[in-house]
Amino acid sequence: MSALLEVSDLTVRLRLGDEQREVITGTAFQIAAGEAMGLVGESGSGKSMTAKAIARLLPLGARVSGRVTFDGADVLALHGAELRRHRARVAVVFQDPRAHINPVRRIDDFMTESLRLLDDVPRAEARRRAAAALEEVGIDDPAKRLRQFPHELSGGMLQRVMIATALLSEPRLLLADECTTALDVTTQAEVMAILDDLRRDRGLAMLFITHDLELAGAVCDRTTVMYAGQIVETRGSQRLHDDPLHPYSAALVQARPSVTATAPRLNAIPGRPVSAFEAPGGCRFAPRCPHAVDACRSHDQQLTALDGGWVRCSWAAELRGRLLASSPASSSGENANA
Amino acid sequence: MSVLTLDIVTRRRRRSGLGVLGWTSLAVVAVAVLLAIVGPVLRPFDPNLADLSFANVGAYGSHVLGFDGQGRDLLSRLMAGARTTLTGAAFVALVAIVAGSLIAVVTAWFGGVVDAFAAAVLDVLFAFPGILLAVVAAAILGPGLLSAGLALAVAYIPYVTRVLRGAALKERAMTYVAALEVQGFSAWRLCLRHLLPNISALIIAQGTIMFGFAMVDLAAISFLGLGVQSPQADWGVMISDGKSGLLQGYPLESLSAAVCIVAVVSAVTFLGERLEARAKESRR
Amino acid sequence: MPEDPILAVRGLRKQFGAHVAVDDLSFDLHRGRSLAVVGESGSGKTTVARMIVGLERPAAGTIVACGRDRSRPARGGAERKRRGREVQIVFQDPYASLDPRQSGAVLVDEVLRVHHDHDAATRRRITGELADLVGLDQRQINALPRDLSGGQRQRLAIARALATDPRVLILDESVAALDVSIQAQVLNVLADIRDERGISYILISHDLAVVRQLTDDAVVMRKGAVVEHGPTGRLLDDPQHPYTRMLRASVPGPGWKPARTLRPAAPPSS
Repeated sequence: MSALLEVSDLTVRLRLGDEQREVITGTAFQIAAGEAMGLVGESGSGKSMTAKAIARLLPLGARVSGRVTFDGADVLALHGAELRRHRARVAVVFQDPRAHINPVRRIDDFMTESLRLLDDVPRAEARRRAAAALEEVGIDDPAKRLRQFPHELSGGMLQRVMIATALLSEPRLLLADECTTALDVTTQAEVMAILDDLRRDRGLAMLFITHDLELAGAVCDRTTVMYAGQIVETRGSQRLHDDPLHPYSAALVQARPSVTATAPRLNAIPGRPVSAFEAPGGCRFAPRCPHAVDACRSHDQQLTALDGGWVRCSWAAELRGRLLASSPASSSGENANA
Repeated sequence: MSVLTLDIVTRRRRRSGLGVLGWTSLAVVAVAVLLAIVGPVLRPFDPNLADLSFANVGAYGSHVLGFDGQGRDLLSRLMAGARTTLTGAAFVALVAIVAGSLIAVVTAWFGGVVDAFAAAVLDVLFAFPGILLAVVAAAILGPGLLSAGLALAVAYIPYVTRVLRGAALKERAMTYVAALEVQGFSAWRLCLRHLLPNISALIIAQGTIMFGFAMVDLAAISFLGLGVQSPQADWGVMISDGKSGLLQGYPLESLSAAVCIVAVVSAVTFLGERLEARAKESRR
Repeated sequence: MPEDPILAVRGLRKQFGAHVAVDDLSFDLHRGRSLAVVGESGSGKTTVARMIVGLERPAAGTIVACGRDRSRPARGGAERKRRGREVQIVFQDPYASLDPRQSGAVLVDEVLRVHHDHDAATRRRITGELADLVGLDQRQINALPRDLSGGQRQRLAIARALATDPRVLILDESVAALDVSIQAQVLNVLADIRDERGISYILISHDLAVVRQLTDDAVVMRKGAVVEHGPTGRLLDDPQHPYTRMLRASVPGPGWKPARTLRPAAPPSS
């Protein structure tokens, strides 16, 4: 069985003035039809740029190398009508719905525009489909919502409208880029449940991008962790949480406070997250890693298979099982450089 | 492996350097300022010494630009006129931006009724063009640079205030201002030490743009005979004085003064706009 | 006899037009303790913070800090500054909350000059101590905000708030915008500061894990009204009010599955 989405050796450089800044370095992963993968990282990790590269939404002047194959098509080579069709089948839902919706047009116009213009669907039919999509994402009285303007809807409602709109083009892959971050926790839970249902009912594949490991784990079978533009670990979500292989994944699991218990001290990671272009040679996490030795700083780390997952750390096998146990001793330098 | 560049059309980011146009503008402004300071002293001849037998005579010996319609040395009048023209415009720009900044900061700070009242007054002022105000001012105070300058300054205040008030409101809403209020900082200190400095680049930019407008408008007012009075040397007055020469085929007097005004206005406005663009960029 | 509370709020109310933002809020905060005000957007929790520091004027109710009423605007500079030495605040957005033209050292120095008559050497010493306390090095405390990361800016905002040596520090979603690894650092710094200075915190937050980590007691607000009030541990382990239960059930964690019908009052979904 071939994957629905296959990303290999993807490198992205953005242009800032006269500078080329690398934001993703040699990313590779696959998503099968109907599969949900979490993509987790902090700022600068390159997780959002990965989604933008797949949807071909990178900013002007971006240089991309590598290969992105979606349903057999070479995504990076698409243009014109093919590119439009690609963007219809890969739906993107962003963090801030208000930034992506025209505030002076009704929900109806926003939702049906591309159906009417690109697919020549008659207005009444387009409206019927929009109403059905709204119902599918749990919106009551869709006819009324269609007549409303964006400012009349709450953030959570608007995000559901965005998801429903994405569904109208019958996508096979949904790129959810921090799509619940700006929402209240209770609304977040509802939107997550909707996404989970859609995946099951429609066989929709999903790339769920977030900074929250727990959230990714709740809806994704598999989670990939990125740091400084590289994938550092890919693993089953549950196993990543309970038995992480990379020191950074372990640090992420432990840095987050828990709602069930108060820790005397959080296991903070010293230093601050960096982007690919600021990262040092050798292992990019080495400066913040409590387990780093000289060899880590001098040698680039390769993504290697280990126990059903992939990890970018040559000590992973040795460190296995000790990562979560290593506690406050590692947090001595935490004030160093946030 | 395929390598490609997506969307090759990219816009180069504006560099912070001035460029040829910028340096030229700077040079023009520098020469103009220098003239305003030392021009009236360094002028080769008495700018008011008239000898009608030399009226409209071209370049002659050390009189490199020749004579005006009344036989006065043209170069000397241009040099002496620089001071009146530039100080007049500077006065207008200064009054307009000082008053505009003050109103902008005060209304942004207090908001509410104060802001609404100021906005209403400014709306009324918007209705009066500068030239009209100058005519009224000349009628009340008598014609002259002071009345014309004051009238123009008042006419400019709403324009300056509108731009600065937007910036001041945005700054006022920043949480650092709230944090310093909670620290117990006085409104004075917050406005003078934090609000104003953070919009200063925009204030300076507005000042230069107003300076350019003022030069043109003052020349127009002088042309109408309501500003600087002949025989005092002033570029605007010179354009006016050269009218008869223009009709008789001796355009040099009006033309030379007009070229000076256009050069200085273009240079100052260009620099001001660059400054404003940079101020906006750095706030991002 | 128990110690008087460092901050006592009684019957606090605020309206914006017809909309009631905060309705009948009361709580006590004691020295060295931490209280969370928990709620979602529109709960009124930020309005509570703004009223306590004097940025909004309450429609009714009293706020007493360090034994002095502060529910009305300060009369005169001396009282305003004294209030500044009693309660301070750290806002959410680390980018808007610092004057872009001031380095940390200049900023802290200005606060010290406004409040005290220290000489330059003393002010420098205190600035250094504050930088140490929040974990900023020499280069960072002398850098302009634009050269600092979000976490570093937030540390600087904390240092500025602590410069007046306040008794109460309000943290208005102060760690919400930070990366996970940086958030942990700042939470640890806040815990250290409490241990070292005996300061009291009011944490305004929607994040129950952060609330659990930092606070002793919690008030849960919904649409301006208090729905539950109690010790944080008890409130999160055994929530009584349906809304608190729903909040608690929305937090992702091991084994958590998002449920589509969380709303307690909503009719069963079709």
